[in-house]
Amino acid sequence: MAYETVIGLEIHVELDTKSKIFCSCSTEFGAKPNENTCPICTGLPGTLPVLNEEVVNLAIKAGNALNCDMNRINKFDRKNYFYPDLPKAYQISQFDLPICENGYVDIHVDGKNRRINLTRIHLEEDAGKLIHIEDEPVTLVDYNRCGVPLIEIVSEPDMRSAEEAVEFLKNLKAILEYAEVSDCRMEQGSLRCDANISVREVGQEALNTKVEIKNMNSFREILKAIQKEEKRQVELYTFGEGHKIKQETRKWDSSKGRTIPMRSKEDAHDYRYFPEPDLMPVIIAQDTIAKIKQNLPELPSKKKERFVTSYKLSEKEIDILIGKKILADYFEAVISFGADSKEAANWIIVDVLRALKEESNEEMPIKAQYLAGLIKIIDQGKISRTVGKEVFSELITTDQSPEEIVKQKGLSQISGMDQIEKIIVEIIGKNPQAVDDFKNGKAQAVGFLMGQTMKATNGKVNPKLAKEILENKLKEM
Amino acid sequence: MINIEKLTIAEIKKGYIDKKFTVIEIVSAYIDRIKRLDPKINAFITLCEEMALKEAAILDDKIENGEEIGQLGGIPVAIKDNICTKGIKTSCASKVLEDFIAPYDATVVKKLKDAGAIIIGKTNMDEFAMGSSTENSAFKITKNPWDLGKVPGGSSGGSAAALTAGFAPLTIGSDTGGSIRQPAAFCGNVGLKPTYGLVSRYGLIAFASSLDQIGPFTKDVRDCALSLEVLQGNDPLDATSVNDTATKDYLTDLDAGIEGLKIGVPKEFFQEGLDPEIDESIKGSIKKLKEMGATVEEFSLPITESGLSAYYIVSSAEASSNLARYDGVRYGYRAETFEGIEELIVNSRSEAFGKEAKRRIMLGTYVLSSGYYDAYYKKAMLLRKKIKNVFNEAFKRYDIILSPTSPILPFGIGEKTEDPLQMYLADIYTVNINIAGLPAISIPCGFSKSKLPIGVQLIGHHYAEKKLLQAAYNLEQSLGVYKDIPELKGVE
Repeated sequence: MAYETVIGLEIHVELDTKSKIFCSCSTEFGAKPNENTCPICTGLPGTLPVLNEEVVNLAIKAGNALNCDMNRINKFDRKNYFYPDLPKAYQISQFDLPICENGYVDIHVDGKNRRINLTRIHLEEDAGKLIHIEDEPVTLVDYNRCGVPLIEIVSEPDMRSAEEAVEFLKNLKAILEYAEVSDCRMEQGSLRCDANISVREVGQEALNTKVEIKNMNSFREILKAIQKEEKRQVELYTFGEGHKIKQETRKWDSSKGRTIPMRSKEDAHDYRYFPEPDLMPVIIAQDTIAKIKQNLPELPSKKKERFVTSYKLSEKEIDILIGKKILADYFEAVISFGADSKEAANWIIVDVLRALKEESNEEMPIKAQYLAGLIKIIDQGKISRTVGKEVFSELITTDQSPEEIVKQKGLSQISGMDQIEKIIVEIIGKNPQAVDDFKNGKAQAVGFLMGQTMKATNGKVNPKLAKEILENKLKEM
Repeated sequence: MINIEKLTIAEIKKGYIDKKFTVIEIVSAYIDRIKRLDPKINAFITLCEEMALKEAAILDDKIENGEEIGQLGGIPVAIKDNICTKGIKTSCASKVLEDFIAPYDATVVKKLKDAGAIIIGKTNMDEFAMGSSTENSAFKITKNPWDLGKVPGGSSGGSAAALTAGFAPLTIGSDTGGSIRQPAAFCGNVGLKPTYGLVSRYGLIAFASSLDQIGPFTKDVRDCALSLEVLQGNDPLDATSVNDTATKDYLTDLDAGIEGLKIGVPKEFFQEGLDPEIDESIKGSIKKLKEMGATVEEFSLPITESGLSAYYIVSSAEASSNLARYDGVRYGYRAETFEGIEELIVNSRSEAFGKEAKRRIMLGTYVLSSGYYDAYYKKAMLLRKKIKNVFNEAFKRYDIILSPTSPILPFGIGEKTEDPLQMYLADIYTVNINIAGLPAISIPCGFSKSKLPIGVQLIGHHYAEKKLLQAAYNLEQSLGVYKDIPELKGVE
């Protein structure tokens, strides 16, 4: 029996605002526990929410970038449930009138183009964080995250494999980064994903019981968790035990590499949604939507088209550069300082990416201006490529320009014709055997003499020029 | 000694200007009176003696130096205990918040302070403002100063009784379904519920967010107009606070006549259940209004009963959500014994909430539950829309709608506590006004044979407080009963 997997994702994305959704507290990540809180976001009695309008603008931006229809009449609703990280005991969210509906993201997997549809995007506030103290009967609460603005993106069950799900999520993340809606840092929780998974026989139309998987914190974990759950369900169906698949929420345990049951359908909350009486409906002007659409930053698909026509790069190179907004931005910055695009792409894909990985940093290791300068002096023959790599390593640790480093370390390439000629004459004089070999038709002798030249100059001689001069000299003899 | 129990805000202000007395003298006189008499009335939960005297001294210095002291400069004010006051306990008359001290001032408290008012204490109320008799307080039962065996009304019973007992010339309450107007009627003073959105709710501990509104209790309509000028105003901290362009000058032309004023009297408000003595007293008011040149007309406003159902569904639904935050985790009452987070929440809430609060939480949770939402909450919201429309239509024909404030006279303490439905019916004339977000005022219009006060309710259109106060002022002056104050038998 052949089975196919049906996957839908729910993605929570923190919006990139300075202040929280209903108060003026900072949204910055990494503050001391409960530093970014006030009576409003900790839900003290008597306080009221006031909407940060930037949140609506960012949601419209996300909707535009994800090809959604916009609801111009918006209201907020209360989602009621008790949990210590939720100080009002309700989350202000959107229930029956989400700000965006009916979007899509196109993906490319295994040579096939697929369109993944989005059901809706709605606005809501984030909750705080519980911190369990190990081996102690104590739980602490940090409300810094409480009231950070979120959008929840709900996809249709359109994905058919873990790979498709991950590809969808990667594309979605890139689009939101490019649109400057969120920094989408999964490791900081500003992009979080839950997956709904069911399995059915190929050809079957109806959906089977779905299971929700939570707590996956990286693309790798999402891939593994979905594959694991897929395997669990297929095995149960294969052995005629499909009835054992219950509608439930399971938690991914990355250390054990498996999902464990969290709560069943019977334990599901009745959230008792009702319209939030403390906030007025938000009516979005058609004009606002149009203006935001007009000023939307260039999205990955458009950028790719432009890169294909503007730069002589392979598709693979372009995909790598586009895959991360900071890389593409950096590439274009390097170009803007006059560097050759092919060279720039090479350096970025090989050396810059390696440095990024080693530093595990989100910041570029070298100023774009310096990388462009480095490429230029190599191109001009002032230093060799080999020396260039050395300068590159220097650039990561110092804040000097490549020119300064070359000067300080005496790495400048010998390019003066007279100077090179003098050196070569010297080398020829020292190696009569090689000269004889050349005369006897042994072409390798040129290589030997070049090696000697490089050695004598510590690699600083311009190899192209040196070779030319050497060959001329040998022919003259 | 000053006879403070009779003084209005306007008289105290004049006294300061004429140097008849100092702020310290006034504040001390009120505090002495509270200390002497409140043990029998139980209007206060917290008295702020030290803080008030300190403020009074500062204001006396200002007067001495010829500085402005503000529109309510040196006026003692008592505040209902569900309005947050920085550094002073705000308990909502609940065990849940017994020791809760807000780290901030409600917007109205800030406005009062900025206008020079001096907070002398926090007043008793029904727990979380749920009730019509102030018997639902977790701490004490407030007595009606006219008859200590009767309730002062509720939920702002402490503020109403304090005003009537002469403990302050201005007290502040909140009104979700009649909680200012009904106790004002029961205690024989002036109580105003402003248009929803005119006064900021920031810092008012929510009962039902879409209905709650803060307002004043005063001895007369002039004081009411003066204090409303201070309390009102758009607040960036309250998204439901409305920035409208209607006048905020309520004192100018307060005494302009009411010749030609069109008053509608809904006949549904005069049916079965209305006490005949109240009926008679209201008819007296109507006669006076006609004598002053107003046209008074009976009309049909078919909403009273549906309004009451819509009110109890909407208010309980919102309350169930608003009161959910009291889980014992961050502040407020926490159970002593529990195992795990769920028990912590369940035990804390079970032990600390009173009967009525629990009843409304249950009711509200039920009407919002999946499968019941459409039958109750959704229907109530539709009714609400209908009630708004019915009022809008009526205000096309009338400037003011007039009715009794309460169908019944102040009842005996303990008389209705076992029958919540009977208690709910006491709100039948007031809840619709909150449902529609309209302004309404209750002023004293007479007394029963047993010398219990009776109130008449005047209802205005949205933001038509100016016209409403003018009508109320004219009626008050011609009736004259507002000057009566209780003898406080059995207290002194």
